[in-house]
Amino acid sequence: MNTAPSPVFEARNLQVIRGGSLILNVPSLAVSEGEILVLIGPNGAGKSTLLQTLSALAKPSRGEIFFRGQKIGADIPLLQYRRKLAMVLQEPLLFDTTVYRNVASGLKIRGMKRDEIEPVVAKALERFGIAHLRDRSARTLSGGEARRASIARAFATNPEVLLLDEPFSALDPIMRETLIEDLEKVLRETRITTIFVTHDRMEALRLATRLGVMNAGEILQTGSSDEVMNHPANEFVASLVGVENVLHGEVTQKNAGSFTASVAGQAVEAVGPMEPGAEVILCIRPENVNLSGAVSGNQRGSGNTFPANVEKITPMGPYQKVQLNCGFPLVTYATGHALSALSIKQGTEVLASFDAISVHVIRKRE
Amino acid sequence: MDLILEGIKKAFWLLVSLDPEVLGITLLSIKVSGSATLISLFIGISVGASVALTRFPGRRIVVSLINTGMALPPVVVGLFVTISLWRNGPLGFMGILYTPLAMIVAQTVIATPIVTGITLAAVQQLPAKLRLQILALGATRLQMLWILIKEAKLSLLAAVMAGFGGVISEVGASIMVGGNIKGYSRVLTTATVMETGRGNFDVAIALSIILLLLAYLINLVLTQVQQRERRR
Repeated sequence: MNTAPSPVFEARNLQVIRGGSLILNVPSLAVSEGEILVLIGPNGAGKSTLLQTLSALAKPSRGEIFFRGQKIGADIPLLQYRRKLAMVLQEPLLFDTTVYRNVASGLKIRGMKRDEIEPVVAKALERFGIAHLRDRSARTLSGGEARRASIARAFATNPEVLLLDEPFSALDPIMRETLIEDLEKVLRETRITTIFVTHDRMEALRLATRLGVMNAGEILQTGSSDEVMNHPANEFVASLVGVENVLHGEVTQKNAGSFTASVAGQAVEAVGPMEPGAEVILCIRPENVNLSGAVSGNQRGSGNTFPANVEKITPMGPYQKVQLNCGFPLVTYATGHALSALSIKQGTEVLASFDAISVHVIRKRE
Repeated sequence: MDLILEGIKKAFWLLVSLDPEVLGITLLSIKVSGSATLISLFIGISVGASVALTRFPGRRIVVSLINTGMALPPVVVGLFVTISLWRNGPLGFMGILYTPLAMIVAQTVIATPIVTGITLAAVQQLPAKLRLQILALGATRLQMLWILIKEAKLSLLAAVMAGFGGVISEVGASIMVGGNIKGYSRVLTTATVMETGRGNFDVAIALSIILLLLAYLINLVLTQVQQRERRR
């Protein structure tokens, strides 16, 4: 017996063709009740097009969308379907009226009576900390306040599904942080099914119960945050989720449960059933690369330990990005304090190491 | 200079004495131009918003025609409305030539492209994604159109001012289709032309001052509304 929860959303063979180019190609996508699916991808990956297509704001060239098993446009009219969703776009796009009227607009559109609207709007304003702005003109709001009003407007309609299209872009880090915190809290409280698109990895990790990676109109991988972050499906996903060490090599030796690959003439050990001669991509997250102090003599540690030259140290806020040359490039992060303690600076010879088990292996396609 | 001062004195006198003929001319001017503006707002906002929101073959040609229509010479309008309403014309059966109704028709033809053009520009200037946002809020197409028009209200007030300004000040079409009949189809502009032709400059100046005052007062009210909206 199938006990899997039926999806709220289901897209099948969804394609959008514009100007003769295929800009969205999603063979299948399902979103379950209460899930927060975060789709990350670079600009132009098709994230916004996917949201607009799912919300029936853009017509797909091919394919079908089902909402709770009902085919939209056939079993359920488009307007009725749209009224079950709420969408927040990149810009707040508030109307030229007060904050209260903006937040009430979706309810007014649905023909709700004024006395019914009042408590709903009051709650939405309260929830996003903008109750004190209710009579202010939307034109006088700061960027952060406008985003809050825009999200409150979406929540006021009590949607079954929330679609968020990079709602925090162009906000300063402090505003962004407080808004994400508030949204995270509300999403957890309400358990509303959400699809959130962003190009910011940290935002994605904060909010996702499932993470997806998009590029060139396709969803390349979906899975838990841990799965996508640590086991990227391909080189693109690896680079997008912050795997800064992507090494190309060829398997030279098969061991029991592991293998050795040659990367730029260096032997790198990794775990997996690979046959000699296979071409592989080895992904190592920078946080899994360890540094130790000065090298004495022709040292070559056990396992994946390599003498390396520190080529560049770049401050990255609380951490320093350390770029190494071990015969192949390797990146790691360390605190300034740790680098000082180990007397590591640009040009220093160090030992870089990582566990075989922390290497994610992708077999190159033939 | 004396002539102008005399005209101002005369205008003042005609106004304070509530001269029945001047009052009638002024009221007819307001009635004709006000009606034409209202009709042109209805047509112009609907057409302007529709053209702004839709893509169709030949759209650029339509937009060019609307923009050209904004500079439509009133005498040309007067000529074609006269021909249309002439006894043997296509609309001759209506029998409205040389009536205030014919003047309203002519003035509507003049004001509509002005309102349409300004509405078109105003709606096009709204953020492209605003339509998506409104639809995403669950609006029907009609609700979306209404919200977009409300969003463009400041520019639309300019359309009202330009449309009313265009028709209250035109004379060519009103004379041609209205006939400038005393007590029936005589409005401020046509009366001014007639009095000037007769050499009654003081009366002509008086009528001109009333016309200017009328245009100013109506624009003052609309500007107040517009600026209040801007500040809000």
